[in-house]
Amino acid sequence: MEYCELSLKQIIDLLQNKQVTANELVTYYIRRIKNFKDKNCVLEIFNDALEIANEKDEYAKTHENLPILHGVPILLKDNICYENHRLTCASKFMENFVSPYSATVTQKLLENGAIIIGRTNMDEFAMGGSTENSAYGVAKNALDDTKVSGGSSGGSASAMALGLAAITLGSDTGGSIRQPASFNGVVGLKPTYGRVSRYGLVAFASSLDQIGPIAKTSEDAAILMNIIAGHDNNDQTSSLESVPNYTANIDKDINGKTFGVPSQILKLIKTTKYEDKYQKLFKFLTSHGATIKEVEIPDYELSLPIYYILAPAEATSNLGRFDGIKYTKRSEDAYKIDEIYNFSRTKFFGDEVKRRIMLGNFVLSSGYYDAYYAKAKRLKEMLKSEVIEAFKLCDALLLPTTFGEAFKIGEKSTDPVSMYAEDMFTIFANLTEIPSISVPFEKGENGLPLGLQIAGKHFDEKSIIGFADFIEKNYWEAK
Amino acid sequence: MKSEYEVCIGLEIHAELKTNTKVFCSCKNSFGDKPNTNVCPICIGLPGTLPILNKQAVLLAMRAGLALGSTISPVLTFDRKHYFYPDLPKAYQISQNEHPICIGGGIKLDNGKFVRFNHIHLEEDAGKLVHDPFTDETYIDYNRGGVPLIEHVTEVDLSSADEAVEFLTKLRQTLVFADVADCKMEQGGMRCDVNLSVKKKTDSKLGTKVEMKNLNSFKAVGRAIEYETNRQIEELENGGQIIQETRKWDDTKGISFAMRSKAESKDYRYMPEPDTFSIEITENDVNTVKNALPMTPQARLDKYTSEYGLSDYDAKILISEKFISDYYEECLKIYCEPKTLANWIMTDLLKILKDNSYSTLNEIISAQNLCTIIKLLDDKKISRNISKELLNLTIETKENPLEIANKNKMIETISEDKITGIVDSVLAEKPELYETYKQEPDKITNFIVGQVMKQTQGKADASFVKEYVSKKMN
Repeated sequence: MEYCELSLKQIIDLLQNKQVTANELVTYYIRRIKNFKDKNCVLEIFNDALEIANEKDEYAKTHENLPILHGVPILLKDNICYENHRLTCASKFMENFVSPYSATVTQKLLENGAIIIGRTNMDEFAMGGSTENSAYGVAKNALDDTKVSGGSSGGSASAMALGLAAITLGSDTGGSIRQPASFNGVVGLKPTYGRVSRYGLVAFASSLDQIGPIAKTSEDAAILMNIIAGHDNNDQTSSLESVPNYTANIDKDINGKTFGVPSQILKLIKTTKYEDKYQKLFKFLTSHGATIKEVEIPDYELSLPIYYILAPAEATSNLGRFDGIKYTKRSEDAYKIDEIYNFSRTKFFGDEVKRRIMLGNFVLSSGYYDAYYAKAKRLKEMLKSEVIEAFKLCDALLLPTTFGEAFKIGEKSTDPVSMYAEDMFTIFANLTEIPSISVPFEKGENGLPLGLQIAGKHFDEKSIIGFADFIEKNYWEAK
Repeated sequence: MKSEYEVCIGLEIHAELKTNTKVFCSCKNSFGDKPNTNVCPICIGLPGTLPILNKQAVLLAMRAGLALGSTISPVLTFDRKHYFYPDLPKAYQISQNEHPICIGGGIKLDNGKFVRFNHIHLEEDAGKLVHDPFTDETYIDYNRGGVPLIEHVTEVDLSSADEAVEFLTKLRQTLVFADVADCKMEQGGMRCDVNLSVKKKTDSKLGTKVEMKNLNSFKAVGRAIEYETNRQIEELENGGQIIQETRKWDDTKGISFAMRSKAESKDYRYMPEPDTFSIEITENDVNTVKNALPMTPQARLDKYTSEYGLSDYDAKILISEKFISDYYEECLKIYCEPKTLANWIMTDLLKILKDNSYSTLNEIISAQNLCTIIKLLDDKKISRNISKELLNLTIETKENPLEIANKNKMIETISEDKITGIVDSVLAEKPELYETYKQEPDKITNFIVGQVMKQTQGKADASFVKEYVSKKMN
C-alpha cells in the first residue's frame, strides 16, 4: 500500500486496528526517505527507529488499548531535542551535538506511542525563508527541484508533501511553518504563543517561537495539537488556558461566520499576481453563508520593522551560548580564550546567522536600546491590542501566506532584504501572538500551490482549524 | 590622609541565598561538592532549556530587603545581562536591571550615619574556573552556576575604610539573622566590590571613580580602601589625573593593579528576559514575608539587656553571631537562667570555639547537656571545680553528663545514716531544742537542716532531714 497517500488519521486507524505494523510503516518511510535523498529534506534517519517499531509491534501483540500515536512515524525539525539523538539546527557549529534530554513535545509524542524516525533540514538556527541557509545544503521543494522548499521548516514541509512521514513538526518564529507549508502544498499551523511548550526547542527569538504541526490535512494538524498543546511546568511562558478538542470543528460549515481582511492586506493583495484568486475565494466563502469584512489594523505595516528588531535582538542573546567552549565545535586554531570565541563563531556560524547576530547586538547596545528594542517592544504591544480590536468584528482574519509560489533556488539568497520581505504576511501572527494556519487553496502561474492564511483569536486554534478544513475539503480538493 | 580631601565610597555586595535548590532549576544549592555534580541541562544552558523560577529565592530576597528597610517592587521581572566568559554557560546572566526586587533601605552606623541602598536585585551566580598551574589547563565547575544571589548596591555614602567595614559587618549580621544567607566570605558566599573616588572637600562634584575587585575578606576591603585612597590623593597631589578603571586587589602584596580601563568596559546589552513572565508582588505577599521575618540582631540585643538584664557588652557578644544567639536562646528554653547561661557560654564555650575548628556551639556541647551541668551546680550537687571537670568530660565524650557524673562518682550522696547521725548529735548538744520545737517547729526544723547542710557542704537531701527531725520530735 502507498502509505504516503494516507492522512495521519488513516494511518492511526490502520495501526489501531492492527492492519499494519509499526515495522512495515517505518520500513516504508525509511525507504521512501532514501528514495528522495536528492530532495535533501531529511538530515538523518535515526538508526533506532526500526528497533523501536519492533518493540511497538511486540507491545501491540499483548495489548488492546493502544496509545493514540502508537507506531506513528514522525519527523522532527532539527531544532527540537530528542534524548540521546543528534541535533544540529542545520549548523556546522553543532555538527556533533547529541541532546541529553527531550523536548516536552518530543516527550509527549513518545508517551503517546509515536516513533521519531529522523530530523529534517532547516535554515541554520531557523533563520531564513528558503532552507538555503542550512549548513547541510538546500532542501528542495517537494514539487519542483529547482524551487526552494521555503523556510525555515523547509525540510519538514517538503518531507510532509513527499509523504516521508505520517506528520512532521516545525517551528515558527516569523512564518517558518506556514510559508514552507504554503510552498509545498501542505497544512501548517503556528499555535498561539504559549499554547505549545517551547522547552527543548532551540530558541531563536524566545518571545515569538512556537512549535507546530506540518500536516497533510487540517484534521491531522488538529489530532497532533490535541497531543502537544497545554501547559508545561518547564516553560513559564506556556499558558494555563484549558485545552479544547481541536478536532471538534472538523466537517463544520462556515454559515454565519465573519472573515476579516485587514484593509492593508487588500491593498497588498493587489500587488501580488493573484488578486483574482483571492476575490474568487471570497465569493466562494460568501456563497456558503460567510461574510467578508474589511477590518482596520492601523499599524500592520510596522510588522516587518518591529520583527527585524526584536527577532535579531533575542537571537543574538540566545546564540551566545554557542561559543566553542562547551558542546559546540571549537576552531582548531584557537588557543587563547578570546580566540576560542572569535575563531569558532567566525568559522562555524553561517552568513545569515552572523548578519542577525550583528543586527541584534547593534539594537541592544547601550545608547541604542531605547531607540530600537524598547520602542519595537512597545509597538508589538500596540499591534497586539489592534488585533484584539479587529477580532471584535470577525471570527478570523484571512491573509495570503506568501506573495506567490515557491521561488527559484538562488533567486533571493543574495538579497537579504527581499528575503526578509517574504515574511510580510506571516510575522504579524507571531508579533500579535495569535494562532495562524496556512492551507493550500489555489495554484499559481507555475502550477505550484498557494497558501491561504487563516489567523484566529488568541487560543482559538479550534476555529481556524475548522475553517481551514472547510476550505481544504470544499475548495482546494474540489478542484 | 590629607585633611583637605574626602573619600566617597559605594559598595556592591553579592550574597548567595541559602535556598535548597538553584534559582532557575531544581539542582542542589550546596558548596564544596564534587565538581559538576549539581548540574542539569538548565543550569549549564543547554540549547532549548528554559528557566523555572524558584519561589524560595524570591521570598528570601524579599526577606533580605525587608530586614534592611527596603521597599519591595510590586512587579517581579528579570533581564539578561550579556557577556562572554567560560563560567557563564548561556553567555548571559539572568539578572534584574529594570525592576530590582528591593528599592532603597539602608543601615545605620554607630556614628549615626545612615548608609543607603540604591537597590537590591536578584540574579543567578556563574560557575567557577579552576586553573591547573601544572598542566596550564583551565577547568570549569558549574556547581555554583545558577545559585541565587542578591546584589546590594549602595549609594556613595561611605567615607572611610572603618565605615565600610562596619557597614559590611552589620549587613552580614542582618542577612545571617534574617536566615537569608550564610555570608561565608571564605566560600565566596559573600563578595564585595568597592567604588571609590576622592575629592577636595571644597569641590561639589564627585571625583573619577575606580572600581576594586577581588576583595576576599572585610579586612581586605579595609586595606584596599586605605591603599586606594592614598594612591588617588598622591596621584592628584603630584598633578596627575585619576583614570576611570577597574583594579584588582592583591591582598598578599597589599597593592592593587589596573585590570581594565573604561574604554575596555563591557556593554552588557541588557534586555528583558523573554523566558520568564513578569509576576505581580501584592501587598499581601509582602506582609506575609514581613510577618515571618526573624528577629533582627538589634531586637535581640534589646531583649537581652532589658528583659534578661545582661550588660550591653555581654549582649553584644551573644549576638555577634547568629548561631551563638540561637544557642543561647535554645538553652534558655531548657533552663531559664539568662545570666548564668550567658556567663557559661561566654567564659567557657566561646573560648573553646575560638581555639578549635568548631563552627557551631551545638557541635561542642548540646544545649541540653550544658543545662544539665549548670543545673547540677546550681542544685549544689557538684562543686564549681567539679562542674568544669564535668563540662570537659562531656565535651570530650559527648555522653550524657548525668551518666558521666554518676560513673565517676562526682555527685556525692550523703547516706541516711550520716544524716541521722548529724541530727542526733545536734540534738544531743542542744537538748533545749525539743522544747522550743513545740512553739516554733518550722524555725527549729530549718535550723537543724541548716546545720546538716553546713556539715555536708549542702549535699544532704533536705527533705529527708525534715522527715527525720519531725519523727524525732514527736
